[in-house]
Formats: sequence, C-alpha cells, structure tokens
Amino acid sequence: MIDTNVNLFRWPFRRLIGDDPEGLVTRLRKKGVTQAWAGSFEALLCRDIAGVNIRLADACREHGRNFLVPFGCVNPKLPDWKEDLRRCHEIHRMVGIRLYPNYHSYTLADPAFAELLSLAAGRGLLVQVALSMEDPRTQFPMMQVPPVDPAPLSDLISRIPRLRLVLLNAGYWGGPSTPDIEAVSKAGNIYFDMAMNEGVGGLVRLIGETSPARVMFGSHYPFFYFESALLKVRSAGLPHEQELAIYEGNARELLRTAQ
Amino acid sequence: MPIDRRTVLKGLAAGFVAAGVPVSGELSPDAAESHGHFRIWDVHSHLEALTGDTPEERIELLVPHMDRLGIERLILSQGFGEYMSHPTPDQMREENDRVMRAVKRFPDRAYGAVYLTPDHVEASLQELDRCIRNGPMISIGEIQTDVRCNSPALDPIVEWAISMNVPILQHTWIKTTANGPGESTPYDLVELARRHPKAQFICGHTGGTWELGIRIIRDSKNICAGIAGSDPTSGFVEMAVRELGAERVIYGSDVGGRSFASQVAKVIGAEIPDSAKELILGGNLRRLLRPILEAKGLKA
Repeated sequence: MIDTNVNLFRWPFRRLIGDDPEGLVTRLRKKGVTQAWAGSFEALLCRDIAGVNIRLADACREHGRNFLVPFGCVNPKLPDWKEDLRRCHEIHRMVGIRLYPNYHSYTLADPAFAELLSLAAGRGLLVQVALSMEDPRTQFPMMQVPPVDPAPLSDLISRIPRLRLVLLNAGYWGGPSTPDIEAVSKAGNIYFDMAMNEGVGGLVRLIGETSPARVMFGSHYPFFYFESALLKVRSAGLPHEQELAIYEGNARELLRTAQ
Repeated sequence: MPIDRRTVLKGLAAGFVAAGVPVSGELSPDAAESHGHFRIWDVHSHLEALTGDTPEERIELLVPHMDRLGIERLILSQGFGEYMSHPTPDQMREENDRVMRAVKRFPDRAYGAVYLTPDHVEASLQELDRCIRNGPMISIGEIQTDVRCNSPALDPIVEWAISMNVPILQHTWIKTTANGPGESTPYDLVELARRHPKAQFICGHTGGTWELGIRIIRDSKNICAGIAGSDPTSGFVEMAVRELGAERVIYGSDVGGRSFASQVAKVIGAEIPDSAKELILGGNLRRLLRPILEAKGLKA
C-alpha cells in the first residue's frame, strides 16, 4: 500500500501521535503501508525552506530508506525560489514537490505558480498541491487559512502538457466560483488523494467524477487517523482490482511516468 | 515496476488487522477473525445528502455501508432535504414521519430519535408522546439547531426526557469562522445540563473544536462527548478518554454528510485500550438507552 499523503514533524498547533519520523514509520509499517510520500509540516510556516527540505530529506534517509519518499517544498513567493527547486531535484534527488499556496499567500492564478509548474514539469517532478490542511471551522483563530481555490487550474494545466499534478486534501472544495471537480480533472493530468473525501459513497463519487486511474490512497497522517482513509476504501464496495489500483497501482504508475 | 498482487494483499491484511476492520475472504483468515469484537452502535445519523427519493430508499443505501464496517445499529434522526431553519410543527412531524418510515424498513438496524423545535414547545411535547411514549422512537435529538439550547424553552422538553429516562443529543459547535444564528455551543449545553442534573446529554460534535469542547463539558458529569461529524483529527478520542473517561465518550457518524469510515476511524485508530473502544463504539450508548429499550421490550 502506498500512502501518497503523509507529513513529517510537528503540526504547529497540536502534538500528534506519530509526529516523530521513527514513530511514524513504525506505525505506518504496522498498518500495512509499504511506501509513504512525505511532506514536512515545517514547510507551512518556515521561511528557510531550504533548511526544511534538508531536514526532510535527512529524516527520510535516516528513518525510512526505501520507505519514505520525500516531497520537498518550494514557495514561489520567496526570493531565489528556483534554487530551492533545483536543490530538491539535483541535490536531494526528490521525485516531487509539495506546495501549500494558501499558507504561502498566493493563488493558483499567480504567474509565479504557473512558472513553478512549468519548471517542475521540465524537470519531470511530480507536483502535489495541498488544497487545505485543516477544516477552516476549527483553525486557530490567529491563523485562519482558507482553502485553495482550484478554479485557475482548468486553463493552466492544458498549457503544461508534461505536468503531473496531484491535488491533496480536496475536501473543502469550492466556493461560489469554483468549477466542480469533474471539470478540473478534465483539464489534464490531475490526480487526487482521498484523505478529505467525505460522505456515504464519497469515494465512489470521486472516482466517477474523475477516473479510476486518477484516485490514489492518501491519509493525511498523522494529522488524521490513518484508518479513516483505509476504511473509506474498504467500505466503498469497489471491484477488487480498483481497490488495488487505489491502494498502490495508480501511485506506482504515476511515479513511473514521472521518472 | 508491476504490482505484486500478493505483496499488496499481504500488506492490506496487516493494515486491516491493525485497524480491526472486516476483510474479505481473499485476505488472511487472521485478519477476518480480528473483527467482530466490537458491537458498533451509531448515535448520530441522518438521511440527508444521500441518493433516493424516499426514506426507505435512503436507508437501503446506508445498510450495505454499515455492513462493510460492521456497524450493527443506527440512531437515526431528522434531515432529508435542504437545511430547514425554524421549522413549523407540521415540518417537524414530517421529519419524524420520514425517520419512522426508514426505521420500519430495517427495524433490526436502526432506531429513531425524535426531532423537536423549541420554537413550538407544546407541539414538541405532543411529538414526544407521539413518537416515543406511544411510538417506536427511543431517544431525542438532534433538536432544531438554530435555537441555542440554553433557552428556557428547552426546559419542559428536558423534564419530559427525565421522566421517560431517555438521553438527548444536542448539536454544538465552536466555529472559528463564526457559528450560525442560534447555533449552540458546548457552553450552552453545560448551562442546560446544570439546570437538569438528572438528564443525560450527548454533546453533538463535542463542539467541533474538540480541544475546547472537551474542556468545557469536563465538569458536567451528565454530558457525554459525541464524536460525530468533524474531521478525523488525530488525538480527539485520546484526549476525550484522558479528560472525561472512556465511559463518557460516544461514537456517532453524522452520515449522510460524513462517512461511517472517517468517524469509526476516530475510535479504531485511537491509541486507547480495546476496552475503551468497546465502550465508545456502543457500550456507553446501550447503557444510556437501556431503560427506554427495556421499557419498550427491546434488546440493548
């Protein structure tokens, strides 16, 4: 089982069980995970993104060699951000990056975002965009971060054909001007995790709106209980081959095409 | 690299064993045996946000999902179409009629909980008699969510609940983005519970912002924390057990807006003893419901 959405280190507002890399790896292995794509909670608020990425790469190597796959962060609003992208690719040998547009104060209509996507695609890097990290209703009052509006992707993605984009935590989808998930998914090579997918039959609905080949297992662990994602797949009543594709096959195929 | 099907299945089986999830025959027998020791009752469910034109069709849709996660029984209350603010007595009765139709379709899988409107106290008291004293329902709530529950209008309803020994599920939230008009907080419920120390309350959603909600209800021993209807945020159930004791924490889902999966996961995934999980997933609810169930000749 490949978990495409885990996070290392500490969430700024709460201690989480599994927020130490060693504990996280031990628990994920016990739960049946064989590979985990890991971002860093530190990337949300730290300006020294280069340092964040070094610690992420080191922790993945030290505690999860051949298990944790680091997804470094690039913030295109920081000075000299292209150097962070270069280091992720050339120094840390990462296969992808994870972006947090709402925490980094840019929208998906920002030209810097488009440039970052183009450069990442040119390097063959996967790009994960976290549309949200937490229910806006429960956020710390002094740190309110609305979800990312994915609407600009519809036009943007078709202009970057080599891009492989993964939208994480799409649960707080929408706003009055946001196109439905089906419209965005048609724009190009967009994949979805299902950590924040909700409702009875929600996963089946997501697959119907996108594609059985575009939905991947993602837990948002350790912020969420891992079992939430596990039970969503388990209770969806999917054909067995489709279950396997979500648990592992789609992520493996995406990784292969990116490399 | 092609998928190694055997490896995937082995890994999944390990995950299900760890989660206590029912597994299909193709996975390991050990995994299959791991489930079944929890009797899961769900205190908080609705028919809204589901496909189907009738209550019967909607509960038919829910039951297979319950089966896949081993959920034995739902406590079902109002909610079918668009959110309704300040319902009339007729609308209140229509909501309850829908719930009773759904329960009648699967009497072994669901009980009904009556919907009431503090805007119309006399009609609500009549509805309590119709649906619980003389009808098939076995508990109260969620009550209308746009009247704060510290209102004196709730008092006769609570007195009725005490007289029949039935618990009350009360919606509560503390939203960083601001509560809706009349929406209750756990503070409001604590006020109500202090006025009625013999009543039993379930704090719906534990205020959503559960780190606050748990602290707010901590000293009110006649309030249990209902964990339904918020994101499956890690640590919720562990903190509730630590601060309230496992006997004051109750599982619910808040389907159809939520999934059973994300809400059961809060308990199954919590790092607490199995004995605590048993209480939270059903033991506590059955304890609260035992008097009314026995009075009606029903099994807990």
